[in-house]
Amino acid sequence: MTMKASSRQVEGVTVVDLSGRITLGEGSVVLRDTVKDLSAQGHNRILLNLGDVSYIDSSGIGELVSAFTSIRTAGGELKLLNLTKKVHDLLQITKLYKVFDIQDDEAAGIGAFDRQ
Amino acid sequence: MDETMDEPHAINATRVSYTLESTLASVTKAEQAAAEVAARFGFQSDECGRIAMAVREAAVNAVLHGNRCDPTKRVTLSFEATPDALTVAVCDQGPGLDPSTLPDPLAPENLLKASGRGIFLIRTFMDEIRFQTMSPGTEVIMIKFVRGPGRDRSKEDNQ
Repeated sequence: MTMKASSRQVEGVTVVDLSGRITLGEGSVVLRDTVKDLSAQGHNRILLNLGDVSYIDSSGIGELVSAFTSIRTAGGELKLLNLTKKVHDLLQITKLYKVFDIQDDEAAGIGAFDRQ
Repeated sequence: MDETMDEPHAINATRVSYTLESTLASVTKAEQAAAEVAARFGFQSDECGRIAMAVREAAVNAVLHGNRCDPTKRVTLSFEATPDALTVAVCDQGPGLDPSTLPDPLAPENLLKASGRGIFLIRTFMDEIRFQTMSPGTEVIMIKFVRGPGRDRSKEDNQ
């Protein structure tokens, strides 16, 4: 299944709704380009909604980490929303569960960003 | 099985192997083949997913780091089922891999690295992993044992 990404602005936060597989190749590229474009437009408060992401491989995990570090370096914040059990387990296995700020409610996730 | 995948060239009741091109499409084919074989073998759905991910990661390493997407090189994928275990081997024709040089992706200094988690995931999802140096290339042998609740024994009659 092809990865799709669409973004919307909610109270100064960019919510990116992702669906499909974040894997080596197209899926990882879609995520990378989406975050890069948002950052270039000055949108550095990003909530990645992974609720419809069915699968992530090690390359996809790496892409999430890259997105997190690049946004942080740019002075912004990137948080994750609505992890499926599979993705949750993967982040736990790789000890990234405590690196990312992970939210399970969109309103609470948006409220968790620093106010500017 | 994807119809574009090469026909298995050595098949009997317990062993099947495929020769794949060094492309990203082959990675997905290997993953799908692993999921199907694991399901036929009788592993439960979650376990099939873990086996398929391990095989995917091994195939990624073979295509990208082993064969470096060289169109003249091939990846060999084989599955062997015994009453005790499912053994999967992924072999590339690259320069070889020394697993002792792989950094620990869980070390604090490596946590935020963008790569280096593939073999760690294989170790996590399979019961055993071995690396065999070939000439040329590396063969990664992954074993999942039949035990505990991971296997759906209701399917055993269909093997």
